[in-house]
Amino acid sequence: MAISPKLRRTAAPRGFRRVAAGIAATTAIALLATACGGGGDEPAASGAPSGGGESQDLTITFIPKQLNNPYTDVVLAGGKKGAEAAGFVKSNIVGPLEASASSQVSFINAETQAATSVIVIAANDPDAVGPALQEARDGGAKIVAFDSDTAEQYRDVFISQVVSKDVALIQTKQISDQIGGKGEIAILSATANATNQNEWIKFMKEDLETNPAYKDIKLVTTVYGDDDDTKSFQEAQGLLQAYPDLKGIISPTTVGIAATARYLSTSKYKGKVALTGLGLPNEMRAYVKDGTVKEFALWDPAQLGQVAAYAGKALADGTITGKPGDKFMAGDLGEKVVGEKNIVIVGPPTSFNAENIDKYDF
Amino acid sequence: MSEVLTEERRGLTGVARLLLNRGAIMIYVVVAVLLYCIVAVPRFASVRTTGFLLLDVIPILMIAIPMTLVIISGEIDLSVASTAGLASAVMGVLWAGGAGMGTVIVVCLLVGLVAGAVNGILVAVVGLPSLAVTIGTLALYRGLALVVIGDDAVANFPRGLTQFATSKIGTTGIPVVMLLVLALAVIFGVILHFTPFGRALFALGFSTEAAQFVGIKVNRAKFLLYVATGLISAMTGVFWTLRYSSARSDNASGLELAVIAGVLLGGVSIFGGKGSIPGVVAGVLLIGIVNYALRLQRISDVVLIIVTGSLLIVSVVGPSLFDWLRRAQHDRRVHRSLVTATGISPTGNTSTTS
Repeated sequence: MAISPKLRRTAAPRGFRRVAAGIAATTAIALLATACGGGGDEPAASGAPSGGGESQDLTITFIPKQLNNPYTDVVLAGGKKGAEAAGFVKSNIVGPLEASASSQVSFINAETQAATSVIVIAANDPDAVGPALQEARDGGAKIVAFDSDTAEQYRDVFISQVVSKDVALIQTKQISDQIGGKGEIAILSATANATNQNEWIKFMKEDLETNPAYKDIKLVTTVYGDDDDTKSFQEAQGLLQAYPDLKGIISPTTVGIAATARYLSTSKYKGKVALTGLGLPNEMRAYVKDGTVKEFALWDPAQLGQVAAYAGKALADGTITGKPGDKFMAGDLGEKVVGEKNIVIVGPPTSFNAENIDKYDF
Repeated sequence: MSEVLTEERRGLTGVARLLLNRGAIMIYVVVAVLLYCIVAVPRFASVRTTGFLLLDVIPILMIAIPMTLVIISGEIDLSVASTAGLASAVMGVLWAGGAGMGTVIVVCLLVGLVAGAVNGILVAVVGLPSLAVTIGTLALYRGLALVVIGDDAVANFPRGLTQFATSKIGTTGIPVVMLLVLALAVIFGVILHFTPFGRALFALGFSTEAAQFVGIKVNRAKFLLYVATGLISAMTGVFWTLRYSSARSDNASGLELAVIAGVLLGGVSIFGGKGSIPGVVAGVLLIGIVNYALRLQRISDVVLIIVTGSLLIVSVVGPSLFDWLRRAQHDRRVHRSLVTATGISPTGNTSTTS
């Protein structure tokens, strides 16, 4: 019985221990927040009344559709470079891990609170980000949409990669150059109802019919590889069996052109049947080097980020307001003009061939 | 000796119990973290934070409340986010089709009721394991949402309504919808903690058989819980649609995991039988605050999910580890006192001074 007082004594410490555990957890979280927050102190310091410098400390933040996407990474790398060259004191990249409609909103909110001067966004949903962007604008931020547009009323400008028609025309020109302006050609597309591809194909057909330089070129068929590697490979094979006189193939999709190139490079048609279209330099490099493909097209995603950064700078400086007809300099890319619906076109698509392909890494 | 053991095992009582249970501890942690963020995180201390943070947290909080009851009763519902998505899709299609907003909302809530009832029937009546059933309906309801609205998005909801969804109470920064969430928390809190039905859920979570023996209508209870979860998920879907003014099939995807993380962090045992509504509210708020503070510092979401994951592991493993340590300590003490009592102690004074 001499034991019981001792036990009663332990009842209280048990409660304390729980509290202690709570305190321990709190401290851990606090430490974590501080550790992570190390980098966050700088902008806070510079965001406070800045030491009397004439030019404001402009900041820019890129919000892509999602992080860790190879294509997006190239765009963002261009954006960061552009932001530095344009003269932003700080550029940040934040974004969700999944490209769902509403996932970008809390990032926009955080930027609003950070009083970021320019927000560059590729919208996952044109409307879901709207109210949040409006709130950011009310706080004084300039909004640049790029890659994927928001509803028009929520942004100052939209930076678009290319004009659809230009994408079509460069491909017809390339195929014509490669087959000597004469002979049968075919198109190997993505899915039958792919919006982008169908628009390009429409322009290609128009161009082939109306342009006198192409009067000897005959488009025999359009097949669909469904952006599936195996299916595209088989369709390419089928095309050459069905049309023995085929001189060239246009594949306006990165999956299709890579699969077709792979088939051609291992067949007797290598170097004899021309192939062009839209491809990724990294995927096409081997086929350009081994002579299967002479030239293909795409845009340079890095330029998109660069122009977006310069547009943001011009807006923040007040040089432009984003209305049609406004002009601004985009560094080494030259002067850009704001067009209808406040859209800025980055430029014509880029052609890739044996000479320049090693300069690109995407 | 048996007397000693019961005394040692006795839980906390009275005021101590109220102030030192898991839920209360969570509240202290939330308050402490909140104070810390206000002091240490730049820009955190502002009315804007209140608004943005709570708007982010509301969907999770809404579903977490009925989910608490489901998990306490020893079951789980993974289909909640898909139900919200389905409600959102239905809302979009009906509104685009020209139905009145009143009708639209009522139909959406009915969709939620039916979705919950299907879960309820499969779990409570057919007797299938809830994990399997709701993984199935998670895919099924999301699939139905896709069938209903496809790849489209409907965005032209009346401006008054979408503004109401994000409107704040005066200058406090607290969203008006928070009042609804508060009401839900109170209603479900009272049901869980102060009614025979609620207390029965704890019994159910400990042992379904035992609960049946003491006369609890197990099936009816489970069925009702799933219907409630479905209904509130649909409500969340409606709120989500208006808050982001966009009805899409992928709305609220992945939300179920955030909900369950919050519930578990709030001290609800995943095995059932333990937990409280105040604890869960604190758990959800804790995740919300930590996420918000990190995001404000532009910490990558990669770090964010690691932090959330770690918090969850700590909250689940922590108590078990604690229990284990306490038991080990207790065993040692009993052993030692036995030794002292019988007087054959070789190590003299340790038991009295420690």
